[in-house]
Amino acid sequence: MNFAVQHLWVIPACPLLAAAISFSVPRQNRRVSAGIAIAAMIAAFVFSTFALRLALANPALHQTFNFGWFDVGDSRVELGWLLDPLTAVMCVMVSFVSSLIFIFSLGYLKEDANFKQFFGYLSFFAAAMLGLLVANSLLLLFICWELVGVASYLLIGFWFHKPEAAAAAKKAFITTRIGDLGFLLGLIWLYDRSGTLLFFDGGHGVLESSVLSMLAVQTTIGGLAVSTAIGLLLFCGAAGKSGQFPLHVWLPDAMEGPTPVSALIHAATMVAAGVFLMARVYPLMSADQAFASVPVHALTVVAYVGAITALMGACIAVAQNDLKRILAFSTVSQLGYMMLAIGVGSWVAAIFHLLTHAFFKALLFLGAGSVIHASHHEQDIRKLGGLRGSMRTTFVTFGIGMMALCGVPFLFSGFWSKESILHAAHEWDGSVVPFAVGLMAVVLTAFYMTRLMAETFFGRSRSAAAEHAHENSRVMTVPLVVLAVCAIALGFIGTPAWPWLQSVLTGVRIESTSIFAGGALMGVSILLVAVGIGSGWFLYGRRVRSLDTAPDALGRLAPRLFRFLAERMKFDAFYAATVGRLNSIMAILADGFDRFIIGGFVSAIGWLGELTGNINRATDENALNSGFNSVSERIRAAGKSYSRAQTGETHGYLRVLALGFVVLVILVLSGGAR
Amino acid sequence: MNVTPLQLCLLFSSALFCIGLAGALSRSNTILVLLGVELMLNAANLNFIAFWRFSPSPAASTGVIFVIFAIAVAAAEAAVGLALVIAIYRHQKNIRLQDATQLRG
Amino acid sequence: MIPLILIVLVTLATAVVAMSRRNLIHSVLLLIGTWAGIAAFYLWAGAEFVAFAQMLIYVGAVSMVVLFAVLLTRRSREDATLIPESLGRAFSAFIVAGLAFGLVAFAVLSTQLPARKGGASTISVQQIGTGLMGSHAAALLVIGLILTVALLGAVVIAATEPRESEEDAP
Repeated sequence: MNFAVQHLWVIPACPLLAAAISFSVPRQNRRVSAGIAIAAMIAAFVFSTFALRLALANPALHQTFNFGWFDVGDSRVELGWLLDPLTAVMCVMVSFVSSLIFIFSLGYLKEDANFKQFFGYLSFFAAAMLGLLVANSLLLLFICWELVGVASYLLIGFWFHKPEAAAAAKKAFITTRIGDLGFLLGLIWLYDRSGTLLFFDGGHGVLESSVLSMLAVQTTIGGLAVSTAIGLLLFCGAAGKSGQFPLHVWLPDAMEGPTPVSALIHAATMVAAGVFLMARVYPLMSADQAFASVPVHALTVVAYVGAITALMGACIAVAQNDLKRILAFSTVSQLGYMMLAIGVGSWVAAIFHLLTHAFFKALLFLGAGSVIHASHHEQDIRKLGGLRGSMRTTFVTFGIGMMALCGVPFLFSGFWSKESILHAAHEWDGSVVPFAVGLMAVVLTAFYMTRLMAETFFGRSRSAAAEHAHENSRVMTVPLVVLAVCAIALGFIGTPAWPWLQSVLTGVRIESTSIFAGGALMGVSILLVAVGIGSGWFLYGRRVRSLDTAPDALGRLAPRLFRFLAERMKFDAFYAATVGRLNSIMAILADGFDRFIIGGFVSAIGWLGELTGNINRATDENALNSGFNSVSERIRAAGKSYSRAQTGETHGYLRVLALGFVVLVILVLSGGAR
Repeated sequence: MNVTPLQLCLLFSSALFCIGLAGALSRSNTILVLLGVELMLNAANLNFIAFWRFSPSPAASTGVIFVIFAIAVAAAEAAVGLALVIAIYRHQKNIRLQDATQLRG
Repeated sequence: MIPLILIVLVTLATAVVAMSRRNLIHSVLLLIGTWAGIAAFYLWAGAEFVAFAQMLIYVGAVSMVVLFAVLLTRRSREDATLIPESLGRAFSAFIVAGLAFGLVAFAVLSTQLPARKGGASTISVQQIGTGLMGSHAAALLVIGLILTVALLGAVVIAATEPRESEEDAP
């Protein structure tokens, strides 16, 4: 048993301690709580790098440490820590991005009254997220999963005095709960079938071959393999958390939270938890691949859902006007991309894209935060503009993030990770749809990001707030620069010429090939990026609108399509009309049941009681009364004299009781001594 | 002095009982008095479990089952007690126990 | 022994502080700690099911009911802070409680109790279930009745009388 693995809990414990301290100090201690939170995060980062080094020593090995939590009857529920390259790489990413975003928050929330609370929540979130990563048990993962959800709820609703923020927090919590119900069902089913929830347990874990082969051969309703059904249920949870179609509606609304929260939780880490879960249980998801006879493979569903999400998110992003909302839909679309990669069988590509996306999307969100902070909380891109000159650092770093997201070739990390996903989709023999969708999303992504850049940074300022914007302090720009450097540099760990990440994650050495190994495919995708950016520039960049009320360029070309997209494909209206209405109907039905059936029953019982009471009274009055009257007079007189002891003071009664108790004990003791 | 684990458990429960008693006797807030009573009940449960834990025949489950019953009754007691608190509050606009003397003889 | 002593210290400390705080909400929150400590004691003694029941009923349910009662019976934020108690009553309470504790402690320490040596024996949920449904079935039914009656009674006591002038007042 390795000492380091046994103490892997230290990584999530650092921020957890910081959170506990933050919550318990008085509200004025802003500096203390922020300092402790950042220090703890950096400590977690240092420990994570140690863990990564350990994991790299033997990348093919899953080092675990398991322990029993409690026993129920004969079965024992076990939890555990797991150290393998996937965990370690994710830990390093999460703790690094978190540290930077914590520092950025120092500047962004400088004036907020609940500053201390904010750092407590952030640390709490980081602890839950890191716990989720090091878990070796689906149960522990689920617990942390829910804690992450709670932290997300608290942080979206951080400005709870805004009704939209409160509503968005509720929406996020409830929508993800729908997915989590599937997760929980899958978890229970898995436990029922395999008797354990540990991932790796010396051959008995749920991700090891003996259990998997057992699950894959059993079938359930509709000829579905049990492993497929469980995998799909787990995917429900992942879809809820990662904003996949049709549970994506909460993610754009989550942008009501403070921008650092959007960057950390709703772009870089938490929403990626679904992708991480899928990558973690990939052996389970792919267990049914060996059987061609099953009606549907779990991964096929994942691939299609991912493809739909990727396309839909990108389409909607084209027609949004809110700076953060565009980025939110872009996140939805990119998460769809990752799911697509997992679905087509390349979880390594998904994790690669997850890592690069975490950096450049955090960069974009923090850049957006910088813009919003500088222009006094103006988020509408129609009212911004012309920030190129006044906010130099933000402009340059945001541009780097934008180019990474678009997939501008060779220099930027997004290009390489997106390339590997497209490559995997191309080689998939299931269908050509995911690949085609991936290519379409490339064009759209480049298009809407160009629109965003052009409207925000070029042209003339279209409002007083944007006109007076100036660059933020160092505490906000330095994280931007660091993230920008990462957004460029991180791509090189997974290029075909140096497939370090791929070798590490799979534990198999992958030979390096030429950097142009993509060949024609790479050429096509570069061309598509060029088309996207070119058309975006043609529509928006050449003549940037000069008035904030001027109609949108694309809106002029195809007004009805544009309006449909601007209303987010009417998903929210659709849900309100179906799910919301269903809920009201159920409530009415339940009310009727309560009122008529249960109410009738209860009143029947009451009527029965009344009847017996009447009979009783009749006998009493006529037969028994006269003889007792004189006796009761006496008793009443006696009672009156006794009742003087009843002072009505409960304390007095209690005291007498206690004294009686003491006397009783003395009697017993003296009796025992005799 | 040599204290066996069983004696430690019993001392624990009697200390808890007396804390509850002191609270119930000294506080004027009805809710706190109820909580004191709740603590005393808990202390009694502790005794059952302690004796069960150290009993010569651990297979007998009577102690455990008694505690389950006691917890159920305590839950009922808390529900009724707090309903009474609310009724008292509605009646006299505060929940000071020494003011609630309507039932005197 | 060490875990037991830790549990005892934490439980007693939270109980003492809870009973002496002037802020009612602090008291309730600290009592949650006490109840959790008692659950830990049950866990230590091997009565896992009782520990779960304690967590569910006290830490989960009773604490919430009490908090609701606290919130319903105060008119402003400052109301939760109580006026100091009268010294005389506190003094007599300590005398009585201390006397009781002294006597009981004396009795416990001076008695030779036969105690089984060895580790905790656990009792399975199955055993408890058979016990409840078998030899204690009658008691179980009575408890069910008591709970039903108590809940109905609580609703009746806490309910407002409908005002005569308005038929549909809540």
